[in-house]
Amino acid sequence: MDIAFIWATFLRLIAALQVTLSVWALSVFFGAFIAAGVTWMRVGGIRPLEWFARAYIFVFRGAPLLIQLFIVYYGLSSFPAVRASIFWPFLRDAFNCATLSCALCTAAYQSEIFRGALAGVPNGQIEAARACGMSKSLLFRRIIFPIALRQALPAYSTEVISMVKATALVSLVTLWDVMSVALKIRNDTLVTYTPLLIAGAIYFVVNYMIARAFIFIEQWLSPHLRARSA
Amino acid sequence: MTSRSVFGAALACSLLVLAGAASAKDWKTVVIGMEGAYEPYNLTDPSGKIVGFEPDVAMDVCARMKVECKIIAQDWDGMIPGLEAGKFDVIMDGMSITDDRKKQIDFSVPYADVPAALATAKTSPLAKLAGAGKLINFDKDKAAGAATIKALREAMKGKTIGVQVSTTHATFAGDHLKDVATIKEYKTTDERDLDLKSGRIDAVLDDQTEIVAMLAKDDAKDFTQFGPMLTGGDFGVGVGMGLRKTDADLTAKFDKAIKAAFADGSIKKYSLKWFKIDTTP
Repeated sequence: MDIAFIWATFLRLIAALQVTLSVWALSVFFGAFIAAGVTWMRVGGIRPLEWFARAYIFVFRGAPLLIQLFIVYYGLSSFPAVRASIFWPFLRDAFNCATLSCALCTAAYQSEIFRGALAGVPNGQIEAARACGMSKSLLFRRIIFPIALRQALPAYSTEVISMVKATALVSLVTLWDVMSVALKIRNDTLVTYTPLLIAGAIYFVVNYMIARAFIFIEQWLSPHLRARSA
Repeated sequence: MTSRSVFGAALACSLLVLAGAASAKDWKTVVIGMEGAYEPYNLTDPSGKIVGFEPDVAMDVCARMKVECKIIAQDWDGMIPGLEAGKFDVIMDGMSITDDRKKQIDFSVPYADVPAALATAKTSPLAKLAGAGKLINFDKDKAAGAATIKALREAMKGKTIGVQVSTTHATFAGDHLKDVATIKEYKTTDERDLDLKSGRIDAVLDDQTEIVAMLAKDDAKDFTQFGPMLTGGDFGVGVGMGLRKTDADLTAKFDKAIKAAFADGSIKKYSLKWFKIDTTP
């Protein structure tokens, strides 16, 4: 295996990282908003909304992302009504479909993480805040949200990292992400392992940096756990 | 000389002998790996047997070489590792012979070369492209080839064309249409055809036989083949058997047998049976 091939492969894969990161960042970002809405419906106490949220999580967490992506991109476009609708300019584009599918899927997981974090807020803290006479919104802003956010972080970072890897499926809809470029180089040259190993290393470095970032945020949000400076 | 280096030398000698024995292997049985899902090159019939153009060619040339051939199914992604691990000795899977691939494995002489063809919607302006049905060989007629590419570039300006990833069609589109048209590469032809029908892509470029098979389906009645058929140039010399670089003797045997099978018209017979056209390179 010559260095020139490894270097050329590396450069092509790094160039494709932009697509991987774009799909990932946008789907995690929009997924968080959808998840916040779903969580609100799930725990808000209004029955029909709760059922809707349960159904949403059931479907998008239950079915493989690959199938969801296939249905959003190839499935919807097979209906002439969809192609005539105002959504078609959006759905026609592979990048939009990939981002939408990933966002809808991660939202289901994220909302379950949010729900778990909310449920984990100690009741004593809430009661204490109430005893001080905090209003509902102040209680949420000052007590529930900060504690839940901190509790959600470890699980949330795992979900965010797993989304980086989930974007490897978007080659299905003709996007040139890191994985699809690696597979193309593999098919073109019949070099079996090198492109995959380089792609794996790139994913590893990206995920390591994300994990480090979350550790940093976690420490920043947990001043009470840090060693006091003398 | 220490005892260790004596042992090392002895080991090296015995390895050399072994290696020598391996390269002069007396081929009695040869195992051939195919996908079993690449119609009409190879497909799996309802009973689970792999049939098609390539099994017919394989059995024919193996009989000529007086070796017993066994066909086993192997998914495309594991084809090269399977060959290198010795799971099988030959790959036959509609694999185009390219210079890049020759760095990794050896190829036999080509046993088929299917011209490329284009398809589009009947209502598309592309459908009126000149030279319909004419066969253009980029190697044999350079002037006609250049004129064809010029006309195709003109027609495809601003359009989107769909090809299967890592095919000679993708190479051709990348070399000649990239700057005027959008090229979308699909993992499978099924997915690409879905996008042709939904209007995401304006045209597809594929084997002529593949285009004919696609257009024969019920839901493709609004689509048609257009423009000339293309061969030579980026489309290469055709598809060949892939073998390990260490088995040059076996490659030579297959080359001889394939040439003999062409000479007496056998392979042409199989190609007419499975492709409905003569795919002799």
